[in-house]
Amino acid sequence: MAVTALYDYQYPAADTQDKFHGNQLLYVGWDDHFMFAAPLAFVLPPSSKFSELVENTLTFAFGRHPEWAKIDFSKVVWLKSGQPFVPEMDKTLAEQGLRHKDVLRLQTPGLNGNGTYF
Amino acid sequence: MDMKATKKKLGLKEKYAHMTRGLDWETTYQPKEKVFPQATFEGIKVHDWDKWEDPFRLTMDSYWKYQAEKERKLYAVLDAFAQNNGHLGITDARYLSAIKLFLTGISPLEYVAHRGFAAAGRNFPGVGPRVACLMQSIDEVRHAQTQIHALSNYNKFYEGFHAGASHQIERLWYLSVPKSFFDDAFSAGPFEWMIAIGFSFEYVLTNLLFVPFMSGAAYNGDMATVTFGFSAQSDEARHMTLGLECIKFMLEQDPDNLPIVQKWIDKWAWRGIRVLSLVSTMLDYMLPKRVMSWKEAWEIYFEQNGGALFNDLAKYGIKVPECIAQCTIDKEHQSHQLWLTLCTHSHAMGLHTWLPNAEEMDWLSAKYPNTFDKYYRPRFDQLRELADKGERFYANTLPMLCQVCQIPMLFTEPDDPTKICYRESEFQGEKYHTCSDGCKHIFDDEPEKYIQAWLPVHQVYMGNCWPEGTDPTAEGFNPLAKYLEWCHIDLARDGGDYEGSSDQANFAAWRGAATQNT
Repeated sequence: MAVTALYDYQYPAADTQDKFHGNQLLYVGWDDHFMFAAPLAFVLPPSSKFSELVENTLTFAFGRHPEWAKIDFSKVVWLKSGQPFVPEMDKTLAEQGLRHKDVLRLQTPGLNGNGTYF
Repeated sequence: MDMKATKKKLGLKEKYAHMTRGLDWETTYQPKEKVFPQATFEGIKVHDWDKWEDPFRLTMDSYWKYQAEKERKLYAVLDAFAQNNGHLGITDARYLSAIKLFLTGISPLEYVAHRGFAAAGRNFPGVGPRVACLMQSIDEVRHAQTQIHALSNYNKFYEGFHAGASHQIERLWYLSVPKSFFDDAFSAGPFEWMIAIGFSFEYVLTNLLFVPFMSGAAYNGDMATVTFGFSAQSDEARHMTLGLECIKFMLEQDPDNLPIVQKWIDKWAWRGIRVLSLVSTMLDYMLPKRVMSWKEAWEIYFEQNGGALFNDLAKYGIKVPECIAQCTIDKEHQSHQLWLTLCTHSHAMGLHTWLPNAEEMDWLSAKYPNTFDKYYRPRFDQLRELADKGERFYANTLPMLCQVCQIPMLFTEPDDPTKICYRESEFQGEKYHTCSDGCKHIFDDEPEKYIQAWLPVHQVYMGNCWPEGTDPTAEGFNPLAKYLEWCHIDLARDGGDYEGSSDQANFAAWRGAATQNT
């Protein structure tokens, strides 16, 4: 539905990709780990490889958790917008269709802070 | 020569008629719809503005008199507070985090409310609501001023009180929550404003803000705030009546107004409840001496009192807001989820947080038997364990925010408190994320509005949140430090854990000097 307004109400979106200096936003949440209270927001070049995302960006953000080092990335489940997503580690974000403001969820079965979801 | 009075003073009724209804006039050289362009576009149909019942029958001359009298009393008490070291009378300096949140998050909104009611008064063609809105507008600016004055004494002694209204409300990530709430209301038409602020915020939710806040102040020895509260109380009663009168007026004027009003009630109940989730942390975590739990406050002030209100409105066809089922679930969780978030982000805040101690966690267990021990105590235990090792945990990456309420995406699925609730919409090829069905519904109804949201996390990533002249490519550039500088926060003094803060050290030293000889 459209905004109820006095005039033709059209304004540009505030957060389009062109405003991020060649980068894109990507959100990543690690399920069952509330040490990180909310999913995290990252700003990355679309040319980053998925492996760099995991090894550098996510490891910096989530590495404080003792379970991060225990993750076997061959057994994790990724969701993109809630749907199963199989990333290719050698491909870039752009190459595997990860768009500006896409949201990924990382599920690591067996790891959930020993049942505390911390 | 003395003037001879030819006539007795006006009777109350006459005076009232002259000073409210008598102030109206008919336009002559411009059609009325051009003078009041905002009166119709929202779709609310009004056939007879004279049917407006003035709820308080207050005229401007009596208004000045009452307000001046209250002002004299308030400032006398504030003087006494300052002269008698009132800043040492509080239970513990931790209490001040609640007050800082109020001063930085709520007081600036009083000022926006002042502007909003002035605009609503200008835009209503009916003289009755115009006069009432004028008075409320003046009340609101007075509240902003008196809150700032009442709390300014703390600014002489404690950290974090220095820049709330001047800089932080437009810059700090957690203050964008209340700010965007009022921006949303102010940018709507006058009728929606009245439902948003006049009815939902000032009537349905006001007790959840003021009663816990004022009782909290009384329980924790904060006489300045208690006095402000008493001073504002009669205004608040008038505001509540205005909000209620306005909704009844809209519903009585035309049956076509019902679905519009219901939509606004649904929207603004949810918007207001999301904003007030910040208050839930005050009741459950910030007050050293607790008044009641958030859940108890919710049950008394919303479920019971609000339930009676909606029973009353049922005769117009109004239904209880659709978000209530979600709220009934959330009341067990939201304060804990939010405080855990604040505790792990207070390295980027202008107030202190702390991990609850053993006695406080027992209180929480007793108040939240269904959820605290099961979900939240283990998380606090693990944060405590890290803190005791000298590794107090703060998140090093910015959180994802909800596009509508602007709170980090910390809330969980209605049917599973261990899963974050993700909702997503697409508009004009762009993705937008929301924290709940309530916020998604609001986004989807008016996406054109919310795509403009100033989301602090995105703004930081765009590079818009540094002091002028900052070079983000310079060696050793620290984005968090520059962001805090831009927010006028000195992290060593204003933020981080209360343990080891200067507020803690100063309070202990000054209290000590007041009660001991060495």
